[in-house]
This record gives sequence, structure tokens and C-alpha cells, in this order.
Amino acid sequence: MKSRHKKLLVIVLGVTGLGIAAALILNAFQSNLVFFFSPTQVERGEAPTDRAFRIGGLVESGSVKREADGLTVRFVVTDTAKSMNVVYKGILPDLFKEGKGVVAEGKIGTDGTFNASQVLAKHDENYMPPEAAHALEQAQKAQETLVK
Amino acid sequence: MNLYTFASPVTFYHLAGKLIPWFTWSAILLTVVGLYLSFFVAPTDFQQSEAYRIIFIHVPAAWMSMFIYLVMAFWGAIGLAFNTRLSFMMARALAPTGAIFTFIALWTGAWWGKPMWGAWWVWDARLTSELILLFLYVGIIALWAAIDDIKRGDRAGALLTLIGAINIPIIYFSVKWWNTLHQGASISLTKAPSMAKIMLIGMLVMAIAAWFYTIAVALVRVRGIILERERQSEWVKEILERET
Repeated sequence: MKSRHKKLLVIVLGVTGLGIAAALILNAFQSNLVFFFSPTQVERGEAPTDRAFRIGGLVESGSVKREADGLTVRFVVTDTAKSMNVVYKGILPDLFKEGKGVVAEGKIGTDGTFNASQVLAKHDENYMPPEAAHALEQAQKAQETLVK
Repeated sequence: MNLYTFASPVTFYHLAGKLIPWFTWSAILLTVVGLYLSFFVAPTDFQQSEAYRIIFIHVPAAWMSMFIYLVMAFWGAIGLAFNTRLSFMMARALAPTGAIFTFIALWTGAWWGKPMWGAWWVWDARLTSELILLFLYVGIIALWAAIDDIKRGDRAGALLTLIGAINIPIIYFSVKWWNTLHQGASISLTKAPSMAKIMLIGMLVMAIAAWFYTIAVALVRVRGIILERERQSEWVKEILERET
């Protein structure tokens, strides 16, 4: 084997080894790398409930209620299996909508409600003109009535 | 004549000189077309309205930041294995552009995050690993600058580049592997793009423009590096005499 081939082999092996090591480390830190927990995970006790953490999911349709002071908002975060009541006082991001993704940071209160100190909107990776979105929605509705 | 001819700095210096205008003008043309498509032809988005247009800068910059790093790692590996001088010069020529694209990706991401998510910055896996990429670029450039001996510097930089290459798949797949605030990929090899066609075309034109820009500036930079390193050789002296 020529020396340069040997060197190349060493480099390839080195990078492969490094990759495996990185994969193992990341796997070990799996739970620390998640940005938020789903309500199901919280229920299963996977979230660090003794300190502030983030929950994520969809804002349940019809659940958003604004209190009389105009700032406090109550809504339900759901992952379609489990759901969680959230209360937040402050300004919501523009993309915050019922049925859309949301990530809230805070702690669970004594009554089991999640007291959020920050609410972030999580949007998906779909981009299309409003007309297309409207057409999709119509098509979906038509399909639903057909099924019924 | 075979491919190895171009590994000689003299040949490559002249070849690069001929290529630079082509890549420069293509980059300018594509940028103009791409920006026109992005800001005047592409429709508004159904949920993010006009704010989504940051994507036309953000995504090409983010792609380039990762791709340039992989190219640097490739040249570093070739240089270490085959001792080719030009490979190291290519790696050095690419690094500043990679760092700039990483910075642009992070910066435009913050501008996008504030109106859409409600935060300039969050420590999720995607954003954090991209920030690490910026530190890697800066670290590699600093390492090269810190070692006076060119050969040793080249090798040290190449080694650091190769070690850091682990970060690239982490950035790319972070949105798949972990819960992140950053959304998943709109475009991937495994599924149809989840973007309206005209938006997609605008973004791809901008991405190709970024490619050509990168090639043009990297060639300009590598010519400078070649002249500096070969300044003792006859052919460089001839050029200098002709130009002064």
C-alpha cells in the first residue's frame, strides 16, 4: 500500500470513528436535546416538572379564551392524544392560531395548569399562496361531506 | 494533458483567471433574476404573508454554509492524504465565504424568528448547531492565522475542518432527530417539495446564484494565495514585472 493511500485510509477511518463517537454521545444526550415536551411525555413524567421547561403541540380548536383584563389568555395544548391547559399573560406571536403549532415555556402550577412565561408559534414547512391554501381547504371539506 | 495538470498552481492560476468573469457575471445575472422572482413574482404565503420572503436569502445562505464546509473538508482530506498544495489553498480560499454565509443564515433567521415565532433566538438543536458551525469557521480561520509555518498551518486547519465535519449532518438532520422550534425541511431528496412551484424556483435560482458567487470569490482568493506562496518562483516574478 502506498503511503498516501495509507494516509487516506487513516483519514477515512478517523472520520468514521469520530462519527460513531458523536452518534453515541448525541444518543446519550437525547433527552437534553429536545426543545420541548409533548403533553403525553409530560403525563408520562419525562419532563423535568421541578423547573421551567417547554411544552409543544397544537393549540386545540375552540380552546382559546381571553380573560377580562385583555392580556391573560387560556388555551389547551394538545398532541391529539393528551392535552394540557395553559395560561399565559402577554402578547402572542402573530402566527398563534387555533389548530396551529405552539411552544410554551413555563412551569406546572399547583392546579395542574401550565403557567407559561413565553409563548412561541411553531409553523410548518409548507409554503403556498393563500388561494392554494383556500382551495385545499375547500377540497378537504368536500371530501369530508362525501365521506359522511 | 490530464486532470493532474490542474493541481499545479501555475496552470490553475491561469485557468482561474479565465473562469472568474464567467462565474461573476452568471452570479450577478442569477441574483437579479432570483431577487425579481422572489420579491415581485412569487405570491404571498398563506400563513406567513410577506415575512416568508426572507426564505429566499435565508435558505440559500444556510445551504451554502453547510456545503462550503463539506467542500473544505474534502480539500482538507485530499491535501492531507496526497500532499497536494493546491488543495489546502482551496480550503483557505473557501473559508471566509462559508463563514459569511453562516452569519447571513443566522442573522436572517433571527429576523425571521422574531415576527413569526416570537423570539430572535432560541437554543433549539438546529439554531445551536448552526451557531457551532460559525464558531468552527472562525476557529479554523484563526488557527490558520495563528500558525506562521504555512505547511503546518495547512495541516492543522485541515484536521480541525475534518473533525468539525461531524457537525454538518447534525445541523441537517437536527429538525428530524429532535423536537425543534425550527420547522422541518421543505425540500429534500426523499419527498416532493412542500412549496408552491414559483416560490421553489425563486429559491433555487437564488441558491445557484450563491453557488456561482462562491466559486467566483473563492477563485479570486485562491489566485491571491497562489501568488503569495509562489512569490519566489520565476513565473510569478514574470507576472509581477509585466504588471508593474
